This record gives sequence, C-alpha cells and structure tokens, in this order.
Amino acid sequence: MALIPIREALRAAMREEMQRDPSVFLMGEEVAQYDGAYKVSQGMLAEFGPDRIVDTPISECGFAGLGIGAAMVGMRPIIEFMTWNFSLVAYDQIVNSAAKIYQMSGGQYKVPIVFRGPNGAAENLASQHSTSVESLYAHFPGLKVVTYATAYDAKGLLKSAIRDDSPVCFLESEMTYGMKGEVPDEEYLIPLGKADIKAEGSDVTLVTWGKQVFTCQAAVETLKAQGVSAELLDLRTIRPLDREALFNSVAKTGRCVVVQEGYPFSGVGAEIVAQLQEHCFDLLDAPVLRITNRDVPQPYATNLEKLVMPSAERVVTAARRVLGLER
Amino acid sequence: MSELPTPSLPQESGLPPLDAEGLLKLYREMVLIRRVEELAAKAYTMRKILGFCHLYIGQESVAVGAASATPDDYWIAAYREHGHALAKGVSANAVMAELFGKATGTSLGLGGSMHIFDKDAKFMGGYGIVGGHVPLANGVGWAIKQRNEGRVCLCYFGDGAAHQGAFFEALCLAQLWKLPVVFICENNFYAMGTSIDRQSHLTDMSLRANGVGMAREQLRGFDVEHVRERVGAAAKFAREGNGPVMLEIITYRHRGHSMSDPAKYRPKGELEEYKLNSEPLALTKRRLEQDFGVSAERIAAVHQEVEAIAEEAWNFAESSPDPDPATLYDHVYAE
Repeated sequence: MALIPIREALRAAMREEMQRDPSVFLMGEEVAQYDGAYKVSQGMLAEFGPDRIVDTPISECGFAGLGIGAAMVGMRPIIEFMTWNFSLVAYDQIVNSAAKIYQMSGGQYKVPIVFRGPNGAAENLASQHSTSVESLYAHFPGLKVVTYATAYDAKGLLKSAIRDDSPVCFLESEMTYGMKGEVPDEEYLIPLGKADIKAEGSDVTLVTWGKQVFTCQAAVETLKAQGVSAELLDLRTIRPLDREALFNSVAKTGRCVVVQEGYPFSGVGAEIVAQLQEHCFDLLDAPVLRITNRDVPQPYATNLEKLVMPSAERVVTAARRVLGLER
Repeated sequence: MSELPTPSLPQESGLPPLDAEGLLKLYREMVLIRRVEELAAKAYTMRKILGFCHLYIGQESVAVGAASATPDDYWIAAYREHGHALAKGVSANAVMAELFGKATGTSLGLGGSMHIFDKDAKFMGGYGIVGGHVPLANGVGWAIKQRNEGRVCLCYFGDGAAHQGAFFEALCLAQLWKLPVVFICENNFYAMGTSIDRQSHLTDMSLRANGVGMAREQLRGFDVEHVRERVGAAAKFAREGNGPVMLEIITYRHRGHSMSDPAKYRPKGELEEYKLNSEPLALTKRRLEQDFGVSAERIAAVHQEVEAIAEEAWNFAESSPDPDPATLYDHVYAE
C-alpha cells in the first residue's frame, strides 16, 4: 500500500496501461511539455515520448474527433479535456460519432476511447468553468460515464475504462487531485458498472458519486451523532447504472436522498428518482428527495457559490425529512 | 508579407495509364452506381426505402476515379455515400439491403442510407452531421502514421461542409502533424438549396487549405481518368509522408439534395447543360468508343451485366428479412 494523491493514482493507471498496450496514447492540451494543466500527466512525456503523449492546439472538436477515428482503426486513445466544460465544443464528436458508430455500423466499428478531465465546480470559477456534465453524456446510449471519489477507485476505474471497448467519459475533479488515499502496490481493476457502499447503514440511503461522496460522508457522521444510521452508496459508474446495488440498498432502508452536483432539471438525480419509483415504489416509506446545485448558473462570489452547492447541512436536513424527523 | 508555405503536388500520380479494359472496368462501376441509384429512387417512391435518401447521380466519376487510385486505403464519407461505398467495393446487395432497412444490410439495417459501413472494404461510413466526420479522418491518418501502414485516408464531404468548424479544425491538425489524409471536397455547387455564391466569398473550397499551409488543388471531376490521376497524385504525396492534401473536385448532382427536394433553385438550363457536356458516363463512353475503339456491343454487354447486378440487389434486399427485434440492444455497447 502507498498513500498517494489522486493525480498520481490516475497517472499510475495511465502509465500501467500504456506500458501494457502500445495502442494506448494520451492527447490533449498541455499534457506533454507542460506536464498537464493539473499535473496528472507529469513525467509521462519523458517516459513515452511525443508520439504517445501529445500536446494539441486548443481544438477540442478536432482532437476529440481524431481520437474517435484512431479508435475505430484499433488504437486506444485517452483524450484529456483540460476541463469538461471545454468538451462542449466537441459535443457533436462525442455524442454523434463516438456514442453511435458501433451501433450505426452494425457492430463493425468499436470505439475504445476514454475522454477524461475535471468536471463540476472547483471554487470561484464562475458559470462557464463550473459545469457538471454527467447528465449531458449519461443521456446517450453508447456512452459510459464513470467517476470516483477516492484514489483507490480512481486508479482501478481508469484502468478498466482504458481497457473498455466502448467510449467512456471519465469525470475527475480539480478539487480532489491532491487528496491522498491508499492504493495497493499490486495491479488491480475495478469493473465499470459497479457501485460501492462507502458507509453501511439501515435508516436511509444517500446515493451520490464523485466528490459529493465527501459531502455525504460528513452528513453520515452528523446523522450518526443524531442517532440516524445512513447508508452511503457511491455509484462510481453513472452509466451503466448499478440498479441492483441501488435497489438493494433502498430495499433495506426504505428511504433515499440523491445528492448530485449539477442542475436538478433533467439531472442524473431525476433519473434515479424515476428508476426508484418505477421499481421500488412499494419498498419506499417516503418520497425520494434530491439535493442538487441550485437551479442557477454558477455565481462567482464565495457566499453565493456556497449557497448554490450541495452541503452536508442540506443533505442532513433532507435525510431527516425523509425520516419524518423534520418537515 | 510572408509567402504561403504551401507545398506543391506531384505532376504525375505514377499510376500506370488505363488501357481499354481498365477504363471499361471504371465505366462499368460508374454505370453500376447510376443504376443502383436509379433503382433506389424508384424504391423510395414506392416507400421501400424510407427516411432521407441522397443520390449520387452525376458525381460517379469522382468516387470511381478515386477508388481506382486508392484500392487498399481507408475512406470516410458523408451521407451522399451510396456511390462511394459501391466504388470502394461494398457489395450492391448489402448496400441496397441497408437502404431497405434489412438485416442483411451493411449495417444490419441499423444505419440506413446515411450510415453505410464496411470494415473489410475499409469503408468507414456514412455520417449525417455535415462536417462532423472530417476530424475522424485525422485519427485514421494518425493510426496509419504511427503504425507505418503506408496507406492514406480519403475523406469526402461537400461544399456545404467547408463552412463548419470541425472541418477547419481538422485541416489545422492534419497539417500540423503531416497526417496522410486526402480531404476531398466534392463541390456540386449546392449545399442543399443554397448555391455556392450565396454560401461563400471564395468559391474554390481548396483555397481553405492555404490558411494552414496545406497542399491543394482544384480540378474538374467529370473525367474519371483525370480524377484517378489527380487523386492518385494527392495520395502519392500523402503516402510518401509529405502531409495532407486538400482537393476540390468540381462535380454536379443531377438530382435534388435528397429525394424530397425538387431542386427548383437551379437556374434554368443549368442541369441540361451539365447533362449535355459534363455527364461522366457519356464522356467515358465516348472516350471508350472513339479513343479505344471499344465496340457498341461491348458497352451494351456491360450495361446488361450491370442491370443484372442492380436487379439482383433489389431482389436480394426485398427478399431479405427485417432485423430481428430481439437484436435491438445488441450493438449499443461493445463487449
């Protein structure tokens, strides 16, 4: 075991997969000579050379599309977006090409590609640099959407994403690149599509993913002090959704709060609520609530931004409401 | 003012000149595209083919000439691609079955007219977002270069696509990394119903390449031998590691943008003028007869042979089964 920051866990995942498979390469803005805007790819240029660690012009549509074409003929590109906000100028490439080529070619052309980069709000980056894109990509059959909270999950999931034969959108966070966690010395993989119970509990299920896992961990502690046993389910993969783990947890607790970054309207949380009411209606003892970003473009000012984001306090209140402890 | 650092294409392709049999083979391929497209039009009016259907009639010399210069290279095209697929060697049966939405189609009936793919023929689609597929060609070029395959990727699009951001970004990256890609703008003068002079200040789309320092050429595309020669020269240039090429090939579609377009926007007499003087099949037929001494009987035999293939394609498509509903979810995620 080694205690390493998440950026090093991600780097280790990419290095191991690149050592293992010569068809894997990393391409994006500032990934090579600059060592990555957030130093995720630090040192990789020296190890793998400029044909496999590739700096690009500011041209997301161009290099995302390049990655897709290369994947179609057997390479395994990792395309880094400096942030997922910038992926929107490449949205057509990901949605209309990457997601659909396998199906519209009748299964002839696979697109084994990973798009990765930081997602969601960091701090005081204002509206254009704070978008949570998971619902924008999880909407489409053909794409997988994966995220993590811990260094252990980050490494194991990214390795699986690189080996996956379908396009994967891999969502990271600027806020947690420096957060340390235990990572085994020996190789391991975490399968895509498997949620993880980060805290066991019996009274209410908190469903979340990404860095909101940490918001929920704080809420679990507060609730525990109040005598409430909350289960924390980290989805890790948003699509395909681990419905079995979700339904099993809600079957046990009978109550659920979904905690997500991003807007409530047509968000991933709305999908989870729909799934629960379709499949677990009789198991629920209370309506499912959502804690999300407030429904406004991200404000810059610190006090307003804090107001917008999910917080442990908001999660605790929602959990108490579904338990009938508060109105 | 600095000079444009634009390289020049070779004067010659290095391909051996076509003899009578060679040219007759290309003529046969053009006639096959023509007849398959005419049958597709008929099937469309009978509602056997549905959705959008964009015909290539009038432009056959472009795809056929290019295919003869790049038989083992990768091709990627837009949505007016039945002709490209046939020229690249995709079977007429499978193309027609795809248009009919049948399980025996190139894409198992999942793609339709705009999404024909055939991995064995290195035919990589078939895309419906104008300009959206152009960046993909660079990825194929990237893989070719990394693996020293000695191939090129030909990327087809229309004059309409030459206004899209994806197209411009693709040109920038291709030239930056000297990728073995030949970009082919088939300028048929109309982006759907908008004529070229209403789309663009510059009407030679190959001039777009000057902005990135890419080798470029504009040529007329009605003579299949000329297309073969110039696409061959471009492919040779790219294959030898000199970087990408942007060609504008002037052509003309005889039908509307799609089957639902009566093409009322054309000036009076324009179509008739092209049919009279710039009709690819007629030009090649005349050349075969006048310069190669090919008999009218040989040419008639080619037409007969093609007729049988096209009718067989119709019958094959019509008699093929619909996709099995049980397979609906089979090709969403690759395992």
